[in-house]
Amino acid sequence: MSFLEYRVKTAPTGLSKVLHVNWALVLLITATASVGWLMLTSVAGGNIDTWAAPQMKRFAVGLVLMFVIAFVPIWFWRNMAGVAYLVSLALLVVVEMFGTVGMGAQRWIALGPLVLQPSEMAKVTLVMMLAAYYDWLDPRKVSRPLWVLIPALMILVPTALVVIQPNLGTALLLLMVGAAVMFLAGVSLWYFGIIAAMGAGAIFSVFTLRGTPWQFLHDYQYRRIDTFFDPTADPLGAGYNIIQAKIALGSGGWGGKGFMQGTQSRLNFLPEKHTDFIFNTLAEEFGFVGAASLLVLYALVIAFCVASALQNKDRFSSLLILGIAANFFFYLAVNLSMVMGMAPVVGVPLPLVSYGGSAMLVLMAAFGLVQSAHVHRLR
Amino acid sequence: MRRSARDSEDSARKVNRRALFMGGAMTAMFAVLGARMRYLQVDQADEFKLLAEENRINIRLIPPTRGQIFDRNGRLIAGNEQNYRVVITREDAGDVEAVLRRLAGVIPLTEPDIDRVLAEAKRHSPFVPIIVADRMAWEDLSKVAINAPSLPGVTPEVGLSRAYPLDTDFAHVVGYVGPVSESDLARIEDPDPLLKIPEFQIGKIGVETWMESTLRGRAGTKRIEVNAFGRMMREIDRVEGEAGDDIRLTIDAEIQDFVQARLGSESAAAVAIDVTTGDILAICSSPSFDPNLFVRGISYKDYSALTENDHRPLANKAVQGAYPPGSTFKMVTALAALEAGVINADTSVYCPGHYETGGRRFHCWKRGGHGMVSLSRSLSESCDVYYYDIAQRVGIDKIAEMGRRLGLGMRHDLPMSAITEGIMPDKAWKRQRYEQDWRIGDTINASIGQGYVLASPLQLAVMTARIASGRAIRPRLVRSVGGAELPVTEAPPLEVSGSQLRAVRQGMHSVINDRRGTGYSTRVVDPTLVLAGKSGTSQVRNISAAERARGVISNDQLPWNRRDHALFVGFAPYDAPRVAVAVVVEHGGGGSSVAGPIVRDVVLRCLTPGPLPPLSAYPESQRARIETLLTSLPLRKIEPEATARSRA
Repeated sequence: MSFLEYRVKTAPTGLSKVLHVNWALVLLITATASVGWLMLTSVAGGNIDTWAAPQMKRFAVGLVLMFVIAFVPIWFWRNMAGVAYLVSLALLVVVEMFGTVGMGAQRWIALGPLVLQPSEMAKVTLVMMLAAYYDWLDPRKVSRPLWVLIPALMILVPTALVVIQPNLGTALLLLMVGAAVMFLAGVSLWYFGIIAAMGAGAIFSVFTLRGTPWQFLHDYQYRRIDTFFDPTADPLGAGYNIIQAKIALGSGGWGGKGFMQGTQSRLNFLPEKHTDFIFNTLAEEFGFVGAASLLVLYALVIAFCVASALQNKDRFSSLLILGIAANFFFYLAVNLSMVMGMAPVVGVPLPLVSYGGSAMLVLMAAFGLVQSAHVHRLR
Repeated sequence: MRRSARDSEDSARKVNRRALFMGGAMTAMFAVLGARMRYLQVDQADEFKLLAEENRINIRLIPPTRGQIFDRNGRLIAGNEQNYRVVITREDAGDVEAVLRRLAGVIPLTEPDIDRVLAEAKRHSPFVPIIVADRMAWEDLSKVAINAPSLPGVTPEVGLSRAYPLDTDFAHVVGYVGPVSESDLARIEDPDPLLKIPEFQIGKIGVETWMESTLRGRAGTKRIEVNAFGRMMREIDRVEGEAGDDIRLTIDAEIQDFVQARLGSESAAAVAIDVTTGDILAICSSPSFDPNLFVRGISYKDYSALTENDHRPLANKAVQGAYPPGSTFKMVTALAALEAGVINADTSVYCPGHYETGGRRFHCWKRGGHGMVSLSRSLSESCDVYYYDIAQRVGIDKIAEMGRRLGLGMRHDLPMSAITEGIMPDKAWKRQRYEQDWRIGDTINASIGQGYVLASPLQLAVMTARIASGRAIRPRLVRSVGGAELPVTEAPPLEVSGSQLRAVRQGMHSVINDRRGTGYSTRVVDPTLVLAGKSGTSQVRNISAAERARGVISNDQLPWNRRDHALFVGFAPYDAPRVAVAVVVEHGGGGSSVAGPIVRDVVLRCLTPGPLPPLSAYPESQRARIETLLTSLPLRKIEPEATARSRA
């Protein structure tokens, strides 16, 4: 009895799929997003129309997209993985040639009213591609060099395209997500050890080659790293953002200053307060209690995904769900480390909370895949 | 490709193991993030809260209104005038230069002014107002107001600034205010934060500086919330300050104005004291200057004109000038001798025109000599030999002791700048100062107020008042502070016997009222206003042997700055003294001819209510000349009780 046939028999059909959706996860995602709406209202000085309302509309669109994707059988998505991967590679090439310049980097394509960020899409399609690859591959072969090289290239091609945009933050996230899926698929830990050693070597050469014609990073990227290590060296220049972000966060204390009472964000001391640094407004206005609550929400989202993956006996499904959960986790971990002064400022938004359309839609689509895997799981 | 479900389940198990491992790693990361959050938000919360408040809150000082200064009758001497100015704000103006060009068509504005404003506007944030024009005429301000629609970002403002309506009359007494300088800040211990406000002004000299703490008041504060660009968002709270206290001086502004006008362009000083209270009715130094120039920031040209003038307008000669008192010192020598019992009121001394001691010959001013001279005549005809003789018998230390009792050689404590101690020399002083023994010649010189003796006009006025009243009165300049009258304590007795004082006073009476007295021409004929006094003509140079051989050179032949100082002290009315006056005219020549008439005019002005001394008090023969002189004086019209004005 073929695996596919088995699933066709047991998978829910029609409207009964609604009953099998992971509603707890939907609720958690909505709760997380609503924290975002609250904070976007606050940083706009109580004005909902500025940021919160568009963000809600996007979330509604994202929710619809999620359900549409969820109701399509997971094996369809597995079969589409290769196509999706190639499309996003093509878009990365297109954005390199015709993309809109923003923040000193080419990142966006305007498709009518929709602003597309192919690097965001690439993270999800990469997970799909790798999950499909390992689903196809005989598990006994996963650690053989040739079969390791192929997924490594799958990761490195989009990463390289993102690096030249240049968007170092997203490129690092792509690398981490890809490595996570390979790790989950059971690739020998030796490879990871070797990669880690090479990474250390790369970091060393990045710093030693600084100032020479062969330097790897742009000057502004070096400056960000410098600023991270010593923000007080340039308190009114590049270090200003980190210092003000930490002041906003720390001054919240236990209970915070109250909704719309955050002086750091209201008086514009806080930079990028509606995008990358929105967490600091939350921490300032609702204190440790509020900020820890959001952290718990995030942890629950990931825990429900992991639980769903553990229940799922299909290799593609569980790798996909775990990959997307890892992506979500890296996303928020990098942002939170950055706004708490534990990592350089790399321009990664806070998932579901920061203002931004493209990232939100991609994220909701990814959760759609998680739901699809959940609905059509092997019972 | 098809695989069995078993295969798939095997691999799923491996996925599960690694998934749990990943979940553990994620949990660890969450724990790290939570710990970091706790560290920042709980452990370091206080520090960050403080930093956030420092970010947000600026404390601005509200400068208090400076106390005003009035004369004894409540006429305004130093007040706070409304100062009209125009400021421009870059963010409202848009094209600052174009707006300034349009503004230049409305009010006088020079090219450097425009450049300065443009440079300043560039330096500051766009919401900071920049002063375009200060101290504008009301007409110019209203022109700006009318043209407001075509001048975006331009705002007329009203501030307060110090003004001295009686300008030159009180320049030396009240002084002036000016911006706080680096040296001011260095001088003051624990300076008031107010002083660091750029436009704040403090007293620079005179009463303005000596009563600074009274006049300044206490600053209010307001706490304002600012945003990241320093723009004020709102006022959080404010604590009102306290305005400085008003001060009333003992000086009568009308008398002061009369005296200043009477001194004219001479390099001179005059002090008038109420002999019962010690109140200073007038204290003038001439020439004077306009303190308002200093408040506005004096131009280099004006300033060098003041410093290069050989009559030294910036010096307050009344308290700062130390002059040899000359014959006005003779009362001190006489009182010392009387008290020591060396002489009595009837003792006579023979004056052959010179006096010989220690192998040196000292001349009387009258070469032919005065013959037998009594105390009274020694004063009225100012015989020098009489004093050489008695001084040598009484000794310098007793003379100096009497001089100090009469207020010489000591600093009278008034809220004015650069008050001199003068010099009342004695043996110990010379030993300390020059490391030399006192010589007999020093006593001879000191006995007639020459040599080392130096006194200021203020000290001479105090001396005269003490002789006139028999009490150790102290000069007083401040009558009330903040509306509370300062108590007048009766001065302690001088501890000089009444009969001896009467003898000296009688001598001073004969100086002016005796036909042969040196001051007979300055007598007062009104019996209720009889003047008594003493003239003095003090040498400012040593007479060389060659000059002595050629005979005394008349003052008129000498260059101005080598001529004798003219001095005169007087009090009136003789039988019940009320006012004492001292006048010094630098290089004026004869004391009785130059300084005496001024003393008489000042005394009469103090004792009578009119704007000018009554002509009836003068000898008939002089009235025509005096009338011409007095009516030609450039007196001001001083507004009475100007209190209500200008307190904004």
